[in-house]
Amino acid sequence: MFPVAAAAGPEAERVRTPWSEFWRKFRKQHVAVGAGGFVLMLVVLAIMAPWIAPFDAENFFDYDMLNSPPSARHWLGVDPLGRDIFSRLLMGSRISLTAGFVSVAVGAVIGTLLGLVAGYYEGWWDRAIMRLADVLFAFPGILLAIAIVAILGSGMANVIIAVSVFSVPTFARLVRGNTLALKHLTYVESARSIGASDRTIVLRHIFPGTISAVVVYFSMRIGTSIITAASLSFLGMGAQPPTPEWGAMLNEARSEMMTAPHVALFPAIAIFVTVLAFNLLGDGLRDALDPKIEQR
Amino acid sequence: MLQYIAKRLLGLVPTLLIVGVMVFLLVHLLPGDPARLAAGPDATPETVQLVREDLGLDRSLPQQFLRFVGGAVTGDFGKSIRTKRPVATEIGERFAPTFWLTIWAMAWSVTFGMGIGIASAVWRNRWPDRLGMTLAVSGISFPAFALGMVLMQVFAVQLNWLPTVGADTWKHYILPSLTLGAAVAAIMARFTRSSFVDILQEDFIRTARAKGLSEPIVVAKHGLRNALIPVLTMMGLQFGFLLGGSIVVEVVFNWPGMGRLLVDAVDMRDYPVIQALVLLFSLEFILINLIVDVLYGLVNPTIRFR
Repeated sequence: MFPVAAAAGPEAERVRTPWSEFWRKFRKQHVAVGAGGFVLMLVVLAIMAPWIAPFDAENFFDYDMLNSPPSARHWLGVDPLGRDIFSRLLMGSRISLTAGFVSVAVGAVIGTLLGLVAGYYEGWWDRAIMRLADVLFAFPGILLAIAIVAILGSGMANVIIAVSVFSVPTFARLVRGNTLALKHLTYVESARSIGASDRTIVLRHIFPGTISAVVVYFSMRIGTSIITAASLSFLGMGAQPPTPEWGAMLNEARSEMMTAPHVALFPAIAIFVTVLAFNLLGDGLRDALDPKIEQR
Repeated sequence: MLQYIAKRLLGLVPTLLIVGVMVFLLVHLLPGDPARLAAGPDATPETVQLVREDLGLDRSLPQQFLRFVGGAVTGDFGKSIRTKRPVATEIGERFAPTFWLTIWAMAWSVTFGMGIGIASAVWRNRWPDRLGMTLAVSGISFPAFALGMVLMQVFAVQLNWLPTVGADTWKHYILPSLTLGAAVAAIMARFTRSSFVDILQEDFIRTARAKGLSEPIVVAKHGLRNALIPVLTMMGLQFGFLLGGSIVVEVVFNWPGMGRLLVDAVDMRDYPVIQALVLLFSLEFILINLIVDVLYGLVNPTIRFR
C-alpha cells in the first residue's frame, strides 16, 4: 500500500531515494513547509522559554497593572493576578508541546506494536487485540481520558497517560490494516522462503512499509492530543493553577471575561495557531507520502 | 434485515460486557475507600462499616459485579454520594438537554459540512474549495472550549443577541450547538470532499455526463448517493466525538446536561454517578454505530447484510 517506504533499504543507492522523493513532493506544498517551519520555531521557543520569558510566569505579580491590555512592558497584557500573559504563554508552550508529543509517541509505539502483532499473526492475537481496541473505541471521544483521570487523579502526568491510552487503538487499527495488506506481497513471501524469522520479517520488511501511514497519522494526532490535554486542564482535571498551561489559563480567565477578554483571547489564539500548524503539516505529509494523491 | 440487526446486537454483548467490567472496576481502582467517601469525612468507623455493608462492598468481587450488572439492567445505579438521590433520577433530569444539544449540533454540522465538502469537490482547486478547506482546517484546530468562550463573548455579551447560559428556550441552544458542531462540520467537510473527489472520477459519472445529464443531476443523483456511504460511517464515528465534546461545551455554557454532571461527579468523586454516566455514554455510542451500520443498507442496496 505504501511502496515508497517499502522500497527503503541500503540497496536503494539510486539518486531517487524514498527520502528524496518525499522531499521533492513535500517541498512543493508551501503551506505545509511554512507550517513545518512554524512548528520548529515553536519547539525552539519552548526550549528557550525560561531564558527569553521577560517575567517569571508564576511568581511575578505586577499589582499596578492588573488586567491591563497589551503594552510595551507587557506585550500581551496582564492577567487579573498581575502576571505577564506573554511569559505565561511561553512557559505554557513547553507543557502543551510535551503533552501532545509524548502522549502521541507513547500511543504510536504501543499501538504500532499491537497492530503489527495482530496483523501478522492473525488468529487469537488478532481477535484479542482488536477486541481491546473495540472496547477502547466504545468510550466516545474525551470520555475515556476523563475516566482514566478520574481513576488516577488530576494532574498533567495523568493527563498524558490518559491521552496516550486514547491514541493506542487508532494506531493499532491503522498498522494492522497495513500489515494485513503487506504480508501477502511477493517480497515478504520471498523473505519467508529464504528462511527469515518472523521477527526479521515483521521488523525489517513489514514495519518500514507502515511507517509513512504512521508518520502522517502521528502529526495529525498531535493536534488532537494538544486539544484533548488542554480540554482536560480546562475542566480542572489536568494542570492546576498557577501552572501556565493554556487550557488551565483559559479556565482561569472565564470569570474575568466581562472585564478583561484579552486574558482569554491570547491562550485561545496560542492553542489554535499551534494545533493549526500541526494539522497543516500533517496534511502536507499525507499528500507527499500517499502514492494515490499523485494520480489526481 | 431483521436477522442482520439481531446478529449485530448479539455481537455487541461481549463488547458491552467488557465495558461493563471496566466501568465496574473503575470504583475499585479509585484511590481511597468508596465506603469512607460515601459515609462522609466525620463518620465513625462503625458508620463506615454500616455503609460498606449497605453498598455491598463487603462482599466478594464477583458477587459485587453480579449485583452491579443486575442493577444496571434494571436501571438501578444506587444513590449519588453528593445529593443522596437515586442516580437514575439525577441522570433522567439531565438526559434531554444533552440529547437535544447533540442532535442539533449533528444536524447543522452534517448539513453544513457536507455542503462545503460537495462544493469543494465540484469546484476543486478553485476559490470555493480553498475557502471551504481553509474554514475546515481552522474548524478542526479550534478547541471547543475556546470557541464557546469567543462566541459567548461576541454574541451574548457584546451584541446581547443571545442568552449566555442555561437551556430554557430555543435561543439557548444556538451557541452551544454551534460550538459543539464546529469541529464535526469541519471533519465532515474534509471527508465529504475527498470521498466526492474519488466518486467524481468514476466511470459511471463520465457515462452520466456523456449521456447529456446536467451537472447538478450528475452531482446530486449519481455522485451523492455513492459518496454517502463512507460519509455515513464518518457520521457514526463523529457522534462519539459529539457525545464526548458535549462534556466540555456543557461546562462552558453551564448547560444542565449529563456532561456537566459528569465533570461535577469527577470533582466530588461521586463514583455511582461516574459509573452510570460512563456506561450510558458508551452504550449510546455503540447503539448509534449500530444504527449507522443498518442505514448503510438503506442508502446502498448493493451492500448485502452478511
